[in-house]
Amino acid sequence: MTQEMDTLEEFAGQKYKYGFVSDIESEFAPKGLSEEVIRFISAKKNEPDWMLDWRLAAYQRWQTMREPGWAKLHYPQVDFEDLYYYAAPKSDTDKPKSLDEVDPALLETYKKLGIPLSEQEILAGVEPKNRVAVDAVFDSVSVVTTFKEELKKAGVIFCPISEAIREYPDLVKKYLGTVVPVTDNFYATLNSAVFSDGSFVYIPEGVRCPMELSTYFRINEQNTGQFERTLIIADKNSYVSYLEGCTAPQRDENQLHAAVVELIAMEGAEIKYSTVQNWFPGDENGKGGIYNFVTKRGDCRGDHSKISWTQVETGSAITWKYPSCILRGDHSQGEFYSIAITNNFQQADTGTKMIHLGKNTKSRIISKGISAGKSQNTYRGLVRMHPKADDARNFTQCDSLLMGSECGAHTVPYIETRNNSAMVEHEATTSKISEDQLFYCLSRGIDPEEAVALIVNGFCKDVLQQLPMEFAVEAQKLVGISLEGSVG
Amino acid sequence: MLEIENLHVTVEDKNILKGLSLTVPAGEVHAIMGPNGAGKSTTSYTLAGREGYEVTSGAIRFKGEDIVELPPEERAAKGIFLAFQAPIEIPGVTNMNFLKTAVNSQARMRGEKEPSAVEFLKMVREAAAKLNVSEEMLRRPLNVGFSGGEKKRNEALQMTLLKPSLAILDETDSGLDIDALRLVAEGVNALRSPDRSFLVITHYQRLLDYIEPDVVHILADGKIVKSGDKTLAKQLEDQGYDAVIGKAA
Repeated sequence: MTQEMDTLEEFAGQKYKYGFVSDIESEFAPKGLSEEVIRFISAKKNEPDWMLDWRLAAYQRWQTMREPGWAKLHYPQVDFEDLYYYAAPKSDTDKPKSLDEVDPALLETYKKLGIPLSEQEILAGVEPKNRVAVDAVFDSVSVVTTFKEELKKAGVIFCPISEAIREYPDLVKKYLGTVVPVTDNFYATLNSAVFSDGSFVYIPEGVRCPMELSTYFRINEQNTGQFERTLIIADKNSYVSYLEGCTAPQRDENQLHAAVVELIAMEGAEIKYSTVQNWFPGDENGKGGIYNFVTKRGDCRGDHSKISWTQVETGSAITWKYPSCILRGDHSQGEFYSIAITNNFQQADTGTKMIHLGKNTKSRIISKGISAGKSQNTYRGLVRMHPKADDARNFTQCDSLLMGSECGAHTVPYIETRNNSAMVEHEATTSKISEDQLFYCLSRGIDPEEAVALIVNGFCKDVLQQLPMEFAVEAQKLVGISLEGSVG
Repeated sequence: MLEIENLHVTVEDKNILKGLSLTVPAGEVHAIMGPNGAGKSTTSYTLAGREGYEVTSGAIRFKGEDIVELPPEERAAKGIFLAFQAPIEIPGVTNMNFLKTAVNSQARMRGEKEPSAVEFLKMVREAAAKLNVSEEMLRRPLNVGFSGGEKKRNEALQMTLLKPSLAILDETDSGLDIDALRLVAEGVNALRSPDRSFLVITHYQRLLDYIEPDVVHILADGKIVKSGDKTLAKQLEDQGYDAVIGKAA
């Protein structure tokens, strides 16, 4: 065992292929946080007064709040005065009207990331049914959104949230902050004050969104926080599948990412939200990397609605993230499928909350945590059955896989039941990649890294098969890459 | 094909093989029989290159090349295959995916072209049909919930697809009823050819009724103490190890 364990531990030379920096001239807000900075951001976005007031109220509230300390995460205090809260490519000051007007350096950046932004290219290369509409967010602004016109024909609104605030103020006013209130938590409140861009989606009643929607987030500038805000509303009996991807350059200092995502599913609607989070995780000595403090919550507001979260978390130095479902409508369903991989010095404290309010509500949680190197990986999940949630059900399965002997896996389930008819099931396992499994693969001619990727992908299979097809293939590769170097 | 010369192997600082010598020419089937604790499994793991099986002296030459320093996956690519006594379960990895990964990996290492998806499927279906491996078994996670017979048939399937020059069968008969044994043996016999050798490691003579060896070796206390033709196996079965090799065992 010993030698193979050694090689497992050696496996630390992870390569992060998205670590490049784009040389793009940017415009910043003054460093630090103040009312002026918030007014600056709001003015940059040409926002109406109500939005500015909303931001300022959030800022006032935030000043009275403290950073939460309950997560199993250790990191130096973030100096919120030492950050830029707004950075935007300069060429974008006059918003490009078509792709031809987008800075070629920006297009090049997204090309390097493997994200096609030219509809022409997408159309040329891929079968029509596989088309994905993309909203690309670079630092604090959305640079381009593809297939907008075609989506509009179906009645679907897919645009940067800054645009939605101007163009569809009634929709935004009606739903913004109704799932994650301004006062929700330290990071969400901060986000409410300073959020700069993100995506807005509205699917009208009875519409099945004709293509996958996706947003790619990229942090480029130094000392810059990214505070995106995403709001997705699926009206009655509609359906949408949304994908989110993120990367950042390799930098020595830590960068802050504090997003808020709100999902609202009306009666009979379904939202499927998939994330592949691949922010820069820091180097093999634990230097640099993104601090990822994210509040994601979905509200199954109508009866028979469904929200499904799938996440593949491989990046970030620190991950603090609990995509949750409020099961308000009767017969509504919430799902959470998660793969969290930590290597080197990464720390992840992630999980979900399933709040059962309505009758016959169902939730399902499948969490796969993989820890390698000196990393710490915690699943933290809450299942709460309210008194009126008759016959509510939950099934939770948490599996942890350890690679080497210097990492940690922790499972912290909270279960609160105030209804006797509720059923809650919880299963948890912790295992190591066995030497037998590894040797079996090697003896068939499979090299050690491929063997580990194969075994870990097998371990994650229940979650991977929830991802849309093209994403699943990428995610499988990412699982292999994230663990590269953990076997010699 | 295989020459083992005065091989000494320690496992967790215990001397297990103490001067094992053996030559298996191309095209021949050799059986190694021996009582429990003689070093049978150590022999098979050492040949496959498992970590922790330390060769302290002696040599293993495969097709003339000393392979003692080679990692297991390179030995596999050069044509050594070990059929496990207890095949390992890998949850979530379908049998088919595992087979494809192994076949492609070996092709890459040998600098050959990987078979196309269509070619591969054809290969698998043909081999699977002969071994009574169902489509359903190909879609199941590798060895998970397989019966003893299914696991061994699946090992034979891997062997058929990977086309090794030297196949080591480690106690392939353990946990098999007669019907399953016959099926696996038929699979092995179908692979016998002038450029392929077999090393059949077994405790009981029973398997050798189905896979007929050219030479039978008796392994006791870490070395070969007696070799002979297939009648030696019969003799062992009738008289027991003690009588045939003396109290040395």
